[in-house]
Amino acid sequence: MTIIGWVQIALVLGCALLLAVPVGQWLAALANGRLGALAGVDNAVLRAAGVDPARGQGWQAYLMAMLAFHAAGFVLLYAMLRLQGVLPLNPQGFDGIPPYLAFNTAVSFITNTNWQAYSGEAAMSHFSQMAGLAVQNFLSAASGIALAFAVIRAFAAGGVKQLGNFWADISRVTLWLLLPGAIIAGFLFIAMGVPQTLEASATATTLGGAEQVIPFGPVAFQLAIKHFGTNGGGFFGVNSLHPFEGPSALATSLQIILQVVIPFGLCLTFGRIVGDRRQGVALLAVMVGFVLVATLGIYAAEAGGNPLHIAAGVSPLQGNMEGKDLRFGQALAALFTATTTGASCGAVNAMIDSFTPLGGMVPLFLIQLGEVLPGGVGSGLYGILIFALLAVFVAGLMVGRTPEYLGKKVQAREVKLAMLAVLVLPAVILGLTATSLVLPVAIASLQDAGPHGLSEMLYAYTSAAGNNGSAFGGLTADTPWLNVTLAIAMVLGRFAFVIPVLAIAGSLAAKPRTPEGPGTLPTHGPLFIGLLAGVILILGGLQYLPSLALGPIAEHVSMIAGTTF
Amino acid sequence: MLRPLLSLLLGFTLLLGVAVPLGMTFVAGAVMPGQAGGSLIRRDGQVVGSALIGQNFSDDRFFQGRPSATSAAPYDATSSAASQLGPTSAALLTAVTERVAGGRDVPADAATASGSGLDPHISPENARAQVPRVATARSLPPARVLALVEQAVEGRELGLFGEPRVNVLRLNLALEVQSQAVAQGTPGGAAPVPR
Repeated sequence: MTIIGWVQIALVLGCALLLAVPVGQWLAALANGRLGALAGVDNAVLRAAGVDPARGQGWQAYLMAMLAFHAAGFVLLYAMLRLQGVLPLNPQGFDGIPPYLAFNTAVSFITNTNWQAYSGEAAMSHFSQMAGLAVQNFLSAASGIALAFAVIRAFAAGGVKQLGNFWADISRVTLWLLLPGAIIAGFLFIAMGVPQTLEASATATTLGGAEQVIPFGPVAFQLAIKHFGTNGGGFFGVNSLHPFEGPSALATSLQIILQVVIPFGLCLTFGRIVGDRRQGVALLAVMVGFVLVATLGIYAAEAGGNPLHIAAGVSPLQGNMEGKDLRFGQALAALFTATTTGASCGAVNAMIDSFTPLGGMVPLFLIQLGEVLPGGVGSGLYGILIFALLAVFVAGLMVGRTPEYLGKKVQAREVKLAMLAVLVLPAVILGLTATSLVLPVAIASLQDAGPHGLSEMLYAYTSAAGNNGSAFGGLTADTPWLNVTLAIAMVLGRFAFVIPVLAIAGSLAAKPRTPEGPGTLPTHGPLFIGLLAGVILILGGLQYLPSLALGPIAEHVSMIAGTTF
Repeated sequence: MLRPLLSLLLGFTLLLGVAVPLGMTFVAGAVMPGQAGGSLIRRDGQVVGSALIGQNFSDDRFFQGRPSATSAAPYDATSSAASQLGPTSAALLTAVTERVAGGRDVPADAATASGSGLDPHISPENARAQVPRVATARSLPPARVLALVEQAVEGRELGLFGEPRVNVLRLNLALEVQSQAVAQGTPGGAAPVPR
């Protein structure tokens, strides 16, 4: 680790936090429907779509609208992928995507996971990328933010049934936040060297006299929303490591900022709308604290290098460089990896499969903690609010009082639903990983032997259920078993989590907000920040420790002992 | 519910999936055609590569890029890929040991495969270590080749971000210019590295 490395980390994270302030403010305006000069256009758009923003929906109606929207999005995307061969803008002449892979990919993009069992430049036409995958990047992100709006309203209001209007929410978030942000970021990326063209490739005659075909396409716009919407699905197979998708350290820095700015900003939105900004700052503090600790962990492990390779004669100065490109440096690779896994983005600027065991354990554990640090756009906020409810419940048990959060009494129904939501992730991850590890058809997909093989499988289901999308890429993921079971994990991780969350929102919205009493636990101070961090670690993380001991920790010990597999 | 669903899904598909990216492609092609078109480098009108994409140099007369794990051949840009080998992989240790070839303190970027398989850069130390080999193969004075390397070293971006590095394709282009100048008997110092 170097001082200049930490200066890079501090500057990038500082920029993200600064930018989160206006973004959070604008998100609050969008949630409240206060659009200023845009109100006229916004109304016209909504009217044309047959939406009356004043007509609120109860939690079931809001949920049904969201589920129907994504079901339709799935059908459209699946059809586009299957029919790719006959659709326009296919200069590469790619055939349709086979059924299992198309199913997995369509599920992956509607759930904001962007797990990729294909390699973009070798399989996807420009049309599939632009009109299929990138569109779902916008819509799945908008839907996550819309749900966060609904949950925020439930805390802010009292004695109401309605949580807002799903159609108005996704339309506004898409048109007035995601689209302008992606256009600005897209042009910045082009200036930095990211291609945006409809041509398929250039053919170069190299200095060595060979022919090199260099594929590209409309990369920049898709790249921008891939990070801004915490989607993570790369245009190219190696994602943001590809020199066209991550051309420079500045480009990778901008990607880091983009992938955390909305999750950070939504905390501040929450504080604004519930009328106590300190509440939002407390949640943000927990997120930033975990991001910093995770960055430290990855940076230290990777900058230290691989002792086996150092013993073989490799200089330790650059750290572990297997699976990394030179231009980013270890510091930005560490910060990128911590934020992409903490934020449920899943893009990569370094190959996590080739990280040192402990360096690779950090991103794995960050996803397992529930994708709330800071989590995906929207999903991070409603996820951490679930943990906040559990934190006040635990505190209430300790002092023997009915727990409350922001003046809302947290009772048996809410706590049961919150625990149900929190248990979805470990049940899916551990259940499917354990099943796969005894099935020959699944084990055949592993690349590495020994404890690292277990980590590959564990990471795959963790990433899918957490709707992250990053991978230990050695795993051969394009098999019927993995395509189908990972798709199931993605659906459960997204929608089985959302149903109890919206049910909680519905029941909280109906409750009155009682004023603070002398016995109320303040939920903005250091005490609560510590309590929340502890609950996330214990409730979110404890159940994974045995699997981590068998995977990355066993591998670390083997590595120190000089064992290879 | 059907009307908002269909109008938003199809309307956004047309707007976000067709209209905006096409508009952006058009504007980018007019304003920043170089970057938008893949940062291609031409020599005598012919495309010799992209400034951002590494290529395979196996000849001793050229500086060589990092090991590449792309599948069909190294630096196959049609299928970017990393080795994805884990830290305790025996196959990886064998490959690293082979690349180190008995040396000590070999720069890590020379001994490990890049993440993209297309890394256009090597570290300045890696480039300096290759100077004797290249100079001998080209019958150039090592000091002149080293001067080319030093000229090709790119500092951190904005003086702060990323790492110092050398673009291998650009360095080799400068090297070719230098060799030609020597062959024509006009060795007027180090030729500029094209930017």
